[in-house]
Parts: sequence; C-alpha cells; structure tokens
Amino acid sequence: MTVRRLVVVGASLAGLRAVEAARKAGFDGSITLVGAEQHLPYDRPPLSKAFLEAGDDPEHPTFRTEQVLAEELGVELVLGAPATGLDTDRRVVLVGDREIAYDALVIATGSNLRTLPGTEHLEGVHGLRTLDDGVAVRAALDAGARTVVVGAGFIGSEVASGARKRGLDVTVVEALPTPLVRATGDRMGAAIASLHERNGTPLLCGRTVVSVEGESRVESVVLDDGTVLPADLVVVGIGIVPATQWLEGSGLRLDNGVVCDETLWTGVPGVYAAGDVASWHNPVMGERQRMENWTAAAEQGAAAARNAIDPENAKPYGTVPYFWSDWYDVRIQFVGSPEADEVVLVDGDPEAGGRWVALYRRGDRVIGALTVNGQTEIMKYRVMIGKGASWGEALEFAEKRKALAAQKERERAAAAV
Amino acid sequence: MKVTVDFAKCTGLGICESLAPEFFEVNDEGDLVLLKEDISDDELQAVEEAVAGCPTEALRIVS
Repeated sequence: MTVRRLVVVGASLAGLRAVEAARKAGFDGSITLVGAEQHLPYDRPPLSKAFLEAGDDPEHPTFRTEQVLAEELGVELVLGAPATGLDTDRRVVLVGDREIAYDALVIATGSNLRTLPGTEHLEGVHGLRTLDDGVAVRAALDAGARTVVVGAGFIGSEVASGARKRGLDVTVVEALPTPLVRATGDRMGAAIASLHERNGTPLLCGRTVVSVEGESRVESVVLDDGTVLPADLVVVGIGIVPATQWLEGSGLRLDNGVVCDETLWTGVPGVYAAGDVASWHNPVMGERQRMENWTAAAEQGAAAARNAIDPENAKPYGTVPYFWSDWYDVRIQFVGSPEADEVVLVDGDPEAGGRWVALYRRGDRVIGALTVNGQTEIMKYRVMIGKGASWGEALEFAEKRKALAAQKERERAAAAV
Repeated sequence: MKVTVDFAKCTGLGICESLAPEFFEVNDEGDLVLLKEDISDDELQAVEEAVAGCPTEALRIVS
C-alpha cells in the first residue's frame, strides 16, 4: 500500500529523528507526532549533566521550535497525553478517546523510570528522566539540599557528581555489591565506581533502602543495616522499563520491549519501533539488543521511519553501541558490548586515577572498549569493532597507541627543558 | 561542499570520528580536530552520518 499517513508515537529524540528522516527522504504525506509530555521534543542527556550545574538557570534543551516542527517539517503535534492503545487491524492509535489513523507507524515511546514503592506522596523524591524532573532536581540543588542518590548507575552518578561539584553533601546507595556491572562488567564497574570515593562522595554498595521517611516532605532515607541518611532531596536512578504497557493486547510481540527484526519492523504490517522501547537484532554485533542510549535513539528513529515509509526497500539497521557519561572531571565512554569472555586493561591504571583504556574480548574478536578520559582512543576502537577486528589486532593497536602516547610525553618533556 | 564545526557546541564526544575518521579526530585533550573540510561526492554520506550523529548538533555541511 502507499503510505500517506505516518504516525510517530513518542516525541523525544527517536520520534523527532523519525519525523526529520521521513521528510528528508521526500515523504510528503501527513505526519502526526504524539507525545505524553506537554513539552516540545527536547534533549535528555544534558538534564543530568550541564543542566544541574550551579549558576543562572539554563535554557531548556528544546530541539526545534514549534514553528519549525509545524511549518518546515509539516508535523501535526499531539502533545500532553500518552497513547493509550493500538488497533493494528483498523490501523489506529488511541490517545484517550481520540483515534489517529496511520498507514505507517513508528513506536518510540521510550521507557519509564522504576520507582521506590511508597514514596509517591513525598516531596523531594525524584527520578530524572523528564525536563520536569530536571527542573525539580536543579531547584533542590540550588536550595542546597542534602542529597541521597539511590542507584549508582550512570544517571544517579551524574546527579551525585553535580551535587558534589556544588559542594553539597551527597551519598550514593547501591543495592548490588558492584555498580554498573550490566553496562561495563564486574571489574570495570568497580573501577568506575571508585571515582565517587576519589571525589569525596560516599558510595554504600550492597545496601538497600528499607524506607524513605517524612510526612509530606522527605526527611531521611533508612537503609537495611539501620543507617539513617538525612535528606532534603532523594534522586532515584534504579533503571527503566520499556514503555510498552499501552501495547498490551495489540498483537505486537512484547518481550523486554517491542520485538523487531533487523529492519526495526515488528512483523505487523506498517508498524516499526525505535529507541529505548525497541528490542532488535543488531546485525553488527550479532545479538538481540535493546539500547538505552542517545545514539541508538537518534539512528533508530531515522532508520525506522525510512523503512516504514518504504517497506519494500527496508534496510537493516546495525551499529556498534555507544554511550558516554560525565562524572566530576571525568568522561566515561563505552563502545560495543560488555558481554565478554575477558576484559583487559591495556593502558592506564584505575587505582592511580587519571585515564585508562580497557578492551573486551569475545572469542577471537574485540567486542567492546571502555575509556575513562580516553577521548582520543575510544572511537578508533568503535571503528575496529564495527569492522569485526580480531582480538590480536586490537591488542597490537593498543600497544602502538601506548608507544605513541609515550613518545609524545617524551617530546613534551624535552620541549619543557 | 565543506563541513564546519561549531566549537562552542562541540564537547568532543567523538561520534563523528567513528563515522568519518578522515575528517574528525578527538585529540589528547578531548577536543575535536577537523582534519580536512572539503567533502568529495563519495565522502558525503559518511559526513552526513556524522552530522546526524552529533549529540550537540555542532556539525554542518555548507556549500
């Protein structure tokens, strides 16, 4: 069938990129963009980083003005209410009582935060995913909040870092014995987590929250060993769940997200998925993945839309996953997959601080790379992983890079004499 | 056609380097270095991907 009506559900990065890619590909039919939040599409990574820094209130990280969306991109915006259902037989998306018909649909509803049960009524307890969350957390930090971060993942750690940079008291509580294991593996998770202690932020691992106390406002957080942490602000960063509840009963296959093939197609005519919500077969890594990062959302949004408007020429989408996180004065970057047989530190030393580089081996292939303040190294490994480089090649390359760095260091020292 | 970098926006995340390494490299200090700016026809797709892949929207192609 000819696609005349494209509907994109989810008005964040993946949804916006879907709209832009469809227009760039020459699609001149109607486009409707449905978003649960009232805000125009905005960028999320800054919310836990620059947005929390002390100083004047930052601008909201809105991607495009309403005028650009309406006039240049010709998009009908349906904002402020979430999609509530999908009828794939009649090809309509339900937003409350409203029915929006589609020929092609891109599902980009992202994910929802896990919350601490029993804290819903307490002021001062926040997740950090939406712009409204960011505004609230920032306001609390501005007020000098004693801060407790629950969950030592990337978001929680960025918030802790932001609070610490402002000189505030902040403690991080993590239920697992080692943080970041799912994202970076055991050994590197511990090494990265040590950045907290190094920067004066207490990190309590293997501790669970048994209650969050307070009448209407949070007053303290109680841990399973009886520790009581006084708190004016509690930021909960204990992970997300893909936002698929509205798709229950739609006939789409849901299993840790919307299950897609390598073209991001769900198997149901006209229906594609992108971003946090999409579980797809990544042909570059040779595994099924569901990404929770900026790059995947941007690229998948565009790829899903291109395929949705021209399904006969659908192309596979594959990538070497990439994410970054900024803590204190440190940039953490990871490419590839942490599912490895072996992790080898090839440069630097986490114990000594500064910078380091670790490589991940699966079979005879380099499958992942982690750098801490190794911005000049990381993308060279992303290219290698994408080409399917062998473990031997990666190690040899790492040696060359180390030798080059040592030579530069000698030249710098000689020049300084 | 040329590619330009808005260094006020760029934070050296380096996605561009992985997509078009002939054009972009992040240096030891974490800053982006533009290795060349003129784009030939067969390089255009890679540079377009780099532009689209930039989380800070710091890259542009100008004619």
